[in-house]
Amino acid sequence: MSGSRRLLIIGGIALAIWGMGYGLWYAVFAEHQALDNIGGSLAGSFAAAADRNPAGMEASLEQFREAKYVYDRQVDVHGHWIGLAMLLIVLGIGFDRVNFSERLKVVLALGLLVGAVVFPLGVLLQTISHGPLPQAVAIAGSTFVIAALLGSAAGVVARDSSPGAG
Amino acid sequence: MSARRLFLLGGIALILTGMFFGDIFAVFTLHQNAAQVGANLAAAAQAALAGNRQAVLANFQNVGAFLENRGTKVDTHVHMIDFGYLALMLAILQPWMAFTESVKKKLAWVFLTGAWLLPVGVYLIHYVGLAHSPLKTIGWASIAADFGGLIVLIVTFVCLLGLWRHFRGKLAGPPDTLLADRSTEGRMLFAGGIALVLLGFFHGAYYAATDLYMHEAQDYSLLAQMSTGAAAGAGAVLDEALSGYGQLQGAKAVNIAAHAHSIEFGLLAIMLAFFQSYVRLCTSWKCRWAAVLLIGSLLLPVCVLLEMRFGLVAGGLADVAGLLIIFALLAMWIGILRYTGESDASVRRTSGPGAPQ
Repeated sequence: MSGSRRLLIIGGIALAIWGMGYGLWYAVFAEHQALDNIGGSLAGSFAAAADRNPAGMEASLEQFREAKYVYDRQVDVHGHWIGLAMLLIVLGIGFDRVNFSERLKVVLALGLLVGAVVFPLGVLLQTISHGPLPQAVAIAGSTFVIAALLGSAAGVVARDSSPGAG
Repeated sequence: MSARRLFLLGGIALILTGMFFGDIFAVFTLHQNAAQVGANLAAAAQAALAGNRQAVLANFQNVGAFLENRGTKVDTHVHMIDFGYLALMLAILQPWMAFTESVKKKLAWVFLTGAWLLPVGVYLIHYVGLAHSPLKTIGWASIAADFGGLIVLIVTFVCLLGLWRHFRGKLAGPPDTLLADRSTEGRMLFAGGIALVLLGFFHGAYYAATDLYMHEAQDYSLLAQMSTGAAAGAGAVLDEALSGYGQLQGAKAVNIAAHAHSIEFGLLAIMLAFFQSYVRLCTSWKCRWAAVLLIGSLLLPVCVLLEMRFGLVAGGLADVAGLLIIFALLAMWIGILRYTGESDASVRRTSGPGAPQ
């Protein structure tokens, strides 16, 4: 098995395990508390509105916003790590259909792997900092994935269009 | 039956069940559930307007119950399909796992047990609740689901170890006709799958760049508008915010669903491309079913995206597209079963070694 395929398959399975482990940890230790926090704070804001208590309403809404922001991203991170891991494994299995030199295929595989790790990591970092850096990390990661996938698709087409292919 | 075919048939069965469940859920539960959530949210806002704190809390309790019902159904659908995908991938990787066939078979059975346990457990969360649970926030159904997830995680890790042993031992790659297959239907599915994945990626990137943060900000501002409108006794502001909130939730849901489904169906098409030589149907029918699967896979996310503009017409078409995918997948599954039956029968006849993969 070539180095590029090995990189994608081993990297993909390792990332899938990491993503599932993260999801399991989240489901057991954090998700129920997060959902209680989201529901409780939203209900609290409306209850404060019924009490005509603007300060309580604002505090509860702010708590809801932060809890929902973090929850959405943590679920996204779990889904994207596993989804991208599956893409890496599947591409790794079919990577012999990409008609480029092994060196270029290693570069594409490395781009896919780095992007698949970094993109959800950037999303996760947004739960720690609301600044531009985590967003930049997520954008960089997704750019790596899309560019490498486009490169791989070009490699598949190159094979199909070459004489005698098929 | 070999471990590979066990993973393959079990994986497709998981995907089929997950999709069928998703279609039933979309037709009979999703919209009704969304209407109930909206109605209870509106009732909570009206109660806040009337200054009735108890009614607010009661309505939010209802919202929580409806959202939990919806969330567990979506999770059942998603996890069933994703574990099916993982099973297909492990099926493809079987020749590279440095274990004996009997260990591989045991791993396949344990994996499938966990892969069924998690979604069934998640489905039951809403109905079992915290009944007889030893824990404060997690019920027995959740515990069963988490245990199922742990089983899948451990088996996947063991499979990774098997691959690691294979590569460390520098064993020669076994000849695998599946990966060498370049049939027309296989190429159709592989190329179509990559196109669908790319389409999903571009849509996700576009949505993240243009709408995602705006939608998050609107979500908060509309809820703030609702509660301030209620506190100030402004019924018109409240109604406007409620209507906007419903529209916003719809827009978010269709964008996320279109993105996710396009990529998932792309992955499915790529994986099925490898297994076409196992599908015991004539070539023309294999090509037809591959085309049906790709058409359904493209039509579904596009129609889901159009639901905000064309309503139930687009929603109905999306459901039909889902059925097309289910039919195509079912046809391939039957083709693989026919192959399996023939292979097992021939092994029994000869009673010799060299069972097919």
